[in-house]
Amino acid sequence: MRLLGRLELAAAACLLWANAAAADTIVKWLHIEQDPSQVKVWEEVARAYEASHPGVKVEMQYLENEAYKAKLPTILQSKDRPNIIYSWAGGVLKAQIEADVLEDITDQVKGYSDSLTPAALAAFTSNGRIYGLPTAVSQVGFLCNKELMAKAKVDPAGIKSWDDLLAAVKTLKAAGVTPIVVGGADKWPLHFYWTYLAVRIGGKPAFDAALRGENGGFAGETFQKSGELFKQLVDLQPFQNGFLGFKNPQAVGYFADGNAAMTLAISTVYQSQRALAADKVGLSEEKMCWFDFPVVAGGKGAPSDTLGGITGWLITKNSPKEAVDFLKYFISKDVQTRLAAGNFIIPVVQGADAGFKSSFMKRIAANLAKSNYHQNFYDQSLGPSVGRVVNDVTAEIAGGSMSPKDAAQAIEAAWKQGN
Amino acid sequence: MARRIASSPTIGVAETSFSPLVVRGPSWDGRFTVLVLFLPPALLLFTLFVVLPIGEAGWYSAFNWNGFGRPTNWIGFDNYRFVFQTRAFWLALRNNGMIIVVSLAIQLPLALSLALMLAERFRGAVALRMLFFMPYILAEIATGLIFSFVYDGDYGLVASIWRTFGAEPPHLLASTDTAMLAVLIVIVWKYFGFHMMLFIAALQSLDKSLIEAARIDGATRSQTLRHVIIPLLYPTIRLSVFFAIIGSLQLFDLVMPLTRGGPADSSNTLVSFLYNNGISRMRVGYGSAIGVILFVICVTFAFTYKRWFMRDE
Repeated sequence: MRLLGRLELAAAACLLWANAAAADTIVKWLHIEQDPSQVKVWEEVARAYEASHPGVKVEMQYLENEAYKAKLPTILQSKDRPNIIYSWAGGVLKAQIEADVLEDITDQVKGYSDSLTPAALAAFTSNGRIYGLPTAVSQVGFLCNKELMAKAKVDPAGIKSWDDLLAAVKTLKAAGVTPIVVGGADKWPLHFYWTYLAVRIGGKPAFDAALRGENGGFAGETFQKSGELFKQLVDLQPFQNGFLGFKNPQAVGYFADGNAAMTLAISTVYQSQRALAADKVGLSEEKMCWFDFPVVAGGKGAPSDTLGGITGWLITKNSPKEAVDFLKYFISKDVQTRLAAGNFIIPVVQGADAGFKSSFMKRIAANLAKSNYHQNFYDQSLGPSVGRVVNDVTAEIAGGSMSPKDAAQAIEAAWKQGN
Repeated sequence: MARRIASSPTIGVAETSFSPLVVRGPSWDGRFTVLVLFLPPALLLFTLFVVLPIGEAGWYSAFNWNGFGRPTNWIGFDNYRFVFQTRAFWLALRNNGMIIVVSLAIQLPLALSLALMLAERFRGAVALRMLFFMPYILAEIATGLIFSFVYDGDYGLVASIWRTFGAEPPHLLASTDTAMLAVLIVIVWKYFGFHMMLFIAALQSLDKSLIEAARIDGATRSQTLRHVIIPLLYPTIRLSVFFAIIGSLQLFDLVMPLTRGGPADSSNTLVSFLYNNGISRMRVGYGSAIGVILFVICVTFAFTYKRWFMRDE
């Protein structure tokens, strides 16, 4: 009897505790950020939000990039799904909107959304409805090592056209310097070349036409020519030995260790290379240079057109309204200024770029501000099924196992299969 | 999906366990009670976790579906057509074939010869057995990572061996010509110990008097081996071959950390091909079609093999 009594007490206590816990609204926030110094800032922001909003708990969950992409469809259909999830916008976002797994937050962000860069917000808008909020933008370009460039007497500021780049590669090779390092095993670092060439050759009209299936779609002239120009570079053997076996973090580390003169990378690598260097210090600001992707003679794209990412956060279906509220708090001028000051992001909240301390970040932000056509990464904007084919075929061109023409046709075939 | 397929050999087992249903003999009443008591839980689990997923994969394979919501875009057998049109699929199939050939032609003979040496009692035999069995205990992902360091063309063990001979070290995992070879070496290294242990266990349970009798009859060591020991080992060899082939067909977790199936799909297996093209591309229908094809291959093999080679066991 006494035992039973105790059990009842215990059960009652459990119930009480559960009630107390249920009184808190929990916002589950799933992210894929690997840089501990950035996550630390996020944690602080989350704790500060909890302190000023009693009854709300922000719970951070982490998944590795590839694992996140693979699990996401299942996660979104579970009852226990996170409320805030990471997104690269583009084709995946489109699929999620069509599957009705996201919350339409248009009304909740009315007014607030005016503080965001319109182009970045547009990436998370579909038919006038907003499904998520952007948090950062980035640009792809060449990061270079000043010492190695000087050793071969190559002036990075003088690399303006594709032919200049080819010439620089030849000069660097002749001087015994590895010209370019790339993480070929991950494939997407290679797809930057092909995509950026397409941006330069055809500009926005060519991409839009390909999406509509005009001019031969992705098998058309623009995309074949990007493959051919890329092949010109590949034929010079510009990459480090065994580049097809290098994963991206390895390749970035190789650059950070000062083993190669250039790398075509997302602007965030400027900061992230430090953690990936063997000595965890990497290259300092004075040792690094940057030049924009060279233009192609006769290309229709404007030199100011950019390739890069637009990343942000989505709110999943039936999330508590606190999730959106926290997101607005997280993507505020204060927090964005702080993240910009840490060189973590190019902010999307207007005015937050005042936080920039480094001239590099200022330069990228200025580039993006004057860009009229910012192309999101193909492997994101085309959706995972076609995007990965773009990655595959560029890696095959780089490995010499596929011709530029076959590559363009393979992408078109995948586009037709998937749509 | 790989896990689903992993259970395919159990179908063969399950089928034989159903067979008492049709045997009606004097012991029927006793068996009936056993059946009623013990079959439902097993049947339920089997249906839930094996039959249903297989059926679902078959159903999904008829849709163009990215995994979100319910599948609605019915495309019939198009996914199968797409799979057969993909060059990477045939490469993966060829690689699986290569793994089987290497397992049977190199791994099993190696395991058998080591077993013959180590089954006897001598100083250090147990230590050597442990040593050879160790790779099998190691987790696949860890093995893959360790060997990706070993093979590294800049800092790896292979690179430093090459350099001692004054040669420019190769990046084995980065070339379409050598990536699969490098994977095969790891496979042999990792699994020969397991087969060796199977053979040692079998050798130790052999009837020693038969070997003694052969010796008394004047058979030489090699004659004893050829005409007495190996024939007595046939059941174990058949089992070992079965494991080697099914294991080869399902190989996945070693490939991912080593090469992810690259470069240019040259080291994909069927399962890594399924993961790379089905799951990470969110083409669940297409991936299911690959899964179904792999399932058919495994089941056909398991049944044929059981019927032809293992019917006595």
